[in-house]
Amino acid sequence: MLSRSLNNSNVLGLLFMLPAAILLVFFLAYPLGLGIWLGSTDTSLGGTGHWVGLDNYIYLIHDPIARLALFNTIFYTVVASVIKFGLGLWLALVLNQRVPFKTLFRSLVLLPWIVPTALSALAFWWLYDAQFSVISWTLVKLGLINHYIDFLGTPWHARFSVIGMNIWRGIPFVAITLLAGLQTISPALYEAAAIDGVTPWQKFRHITFPLLTPIIAVVMTFSVLFTFTDFQLIYVLTRGGPLNATHLMTTLSYQRAITGGALGEGSALAIMMVPFLLAAILFSYFGLQRRAWQRGGDK
Amino acid sequence: MSNTVQERETQGMEFLQSLPRRWVTIYIPLAIFVFVLLFPFYWMVITSFKPDAQLGMHSTNPFWVVAPTLQHFKDLIFNTPFPEWMLNTLIIAISATFISLFASVFAAYAIERLRFQGAKQVGVAIFFAYLVPPSILFIPLASIVFQLGLFDTRWALILTYPTFLIPFCTWLLMGYFRSIPYEIEECALIDGATRWQILTKIILPLAVPGLISAGIFAFTLSWNEYIYALTFISSTDAKTVAVGVVTGIIEGDVYHWGELMAGAVLGSVPVAIVYSFFVEYYVSGMTGAVKE
Repeated sequence: MLSRSLNNSNVLGLLFMLPAAILLVFFLAYPLGLGIWLGSTDTSLGGTGHWVGLDNYIYLIHDPIARLALFNTIFYTVVASVIKFGLGLWLALVLNQRVPFKTLFRSLVLLPWIVPTALSALAFWWLYDAQFSVISWTLVKLGLINHYIDFLGTPWHARFSVIGMNIWRGIPFVAITLLAGLQTISPALYEAAAIDGVTPWQKFRHITFPLLTPIIAVVMTFSVLFTFTDFQLIYVLTRGGPLNATHLMTTLSYQRAITGGALGEGSALAIMMVPFLLAAILFSYFGLQRRAWQRGGDK
Repeated sequence: MSNTVQERETQGMEFLQSLPRRWVTIYIPLAIFVFVLLFPFYWMVITSFKPDAQLGMHSTNPFWVVAPTLQHFKDLIFNTPFPEWMLNTLIIAISATFISLFASVFAAYAIERLRFQGAKQVGVAIFFAYLVPPSILFIPLASIVFQLGLFDTRWALILTYPTFLIPFCTWLLMGYFRSIPYEIEECALIDGATRWQILTKIILPLAVPGLISAGIFAFTLSWNEYIYALTFISSTDAKTVAVGVVTGIIEGDVYHWGELMAGAVLGSVPVAIVYSFFVEYYVSGMTGAVKE
């Protein structure tokens, strides 16, 4: 009896799903729901909360710092993602050529992606130091600037400095995944194009880019998702300063909820990111659907 | 490079490009990319060996270290809880990885091969779960961790890391299981093997590369995790290495740059070692998860 039910795929399927399901329901689905609930209460750290409806959201919409954080998050995501895409695609195209020690280069290039961000952010913190920055030192010695750059001291400098590090960290991911996509494009197409006498730009525009579009959609969705919800880089480099100029939604919700104790308000801030994430997820879903037609050629 | 016919063939259409052109379009951009991507690591390592007097670097050449010292590493290991941080991170990362792999293997096999009712929907749900970022879950999770009495313990992280590891590993393993021919399983079923025997004796041995990919990914992801470790752990000795080095070494306004960089170097070494041994698995895992 038992052995027969164990050969039934529904019973067995349920049994096999159990460990993953328990962990995911209890530590993922439940907190997600709890977060939505907390977002509409005035719970504080160590206290019980009362239901306040949409008060948190209404308060946050009128809060200039929350608005600034939303602006910063969108600015950070858009600028970093566009540059990461451009440079990542360029690096992928370069690595797709025949270069000596290609495997070694590919491994080295991925390093920024695998090293803990918090620790590489420390290196950037030191590189961005107002007094001892080696970047400023080099530029001064080259005679390009007169004063040391205050990388993290003024709002716009700080914004571009954190974006700079995010790009540094994100390029490898974009480049290596796009490289994998490039390697699936048949060389026969390029040979045919060469016989027809196309220019390099035409080759890229009419062969490489169209065939790469589906994977670009997926990679960029992930990239946008990671950038939009970035936390540790900002937390280590600036903690949201100066003058909240680099606060993202995530760092602000950490500050409000954990440092400030306003769990309800912090949760509301986190939940406010969900519509943006949903947009990215839907984009990804359709990107995946479009991939189906060329799956046959994949490794 | 000799110009034998064979060489020519393996070079593809490279002969269409002149050597100077290759320098401008390939070698120089590649050199700049590699320099920019690796320089912060060089700077991190070189700073960790510099005596404090050289950190000001107004006189000497900052790109080289004149009298290298191990003082920062010594201070880090003997005067801070750095060894405890490393141990904590190691225990947490390994436990979370094994729990996640265990749960993911069964889940992926069930979704991909048992085809129970609703398997497809569960697969899509797993993919969506992968897209839920920790930074929108950490506040409610903190209150759950607190209510369970796990706050400030390793269990807080061992049990929460699988929330982002399981969806990833399951998704990755589903791809691997898909590539194993059905016929093998059917033969085994006809020979009277049970599902359990098929899984342990046929599927798992064939999916070893996938298991390694998923395991390495899970290990590095848990080693690098920050926001949960920052939120759920408060006592200095119980911290993970990423949080510990960032929050535990800075005393007020005094930055011990040498020590900080030494911590960053040592804290990155384990993932770098794991990565260097399994680059191929890592790359195939990364591209596979995005592609499939």
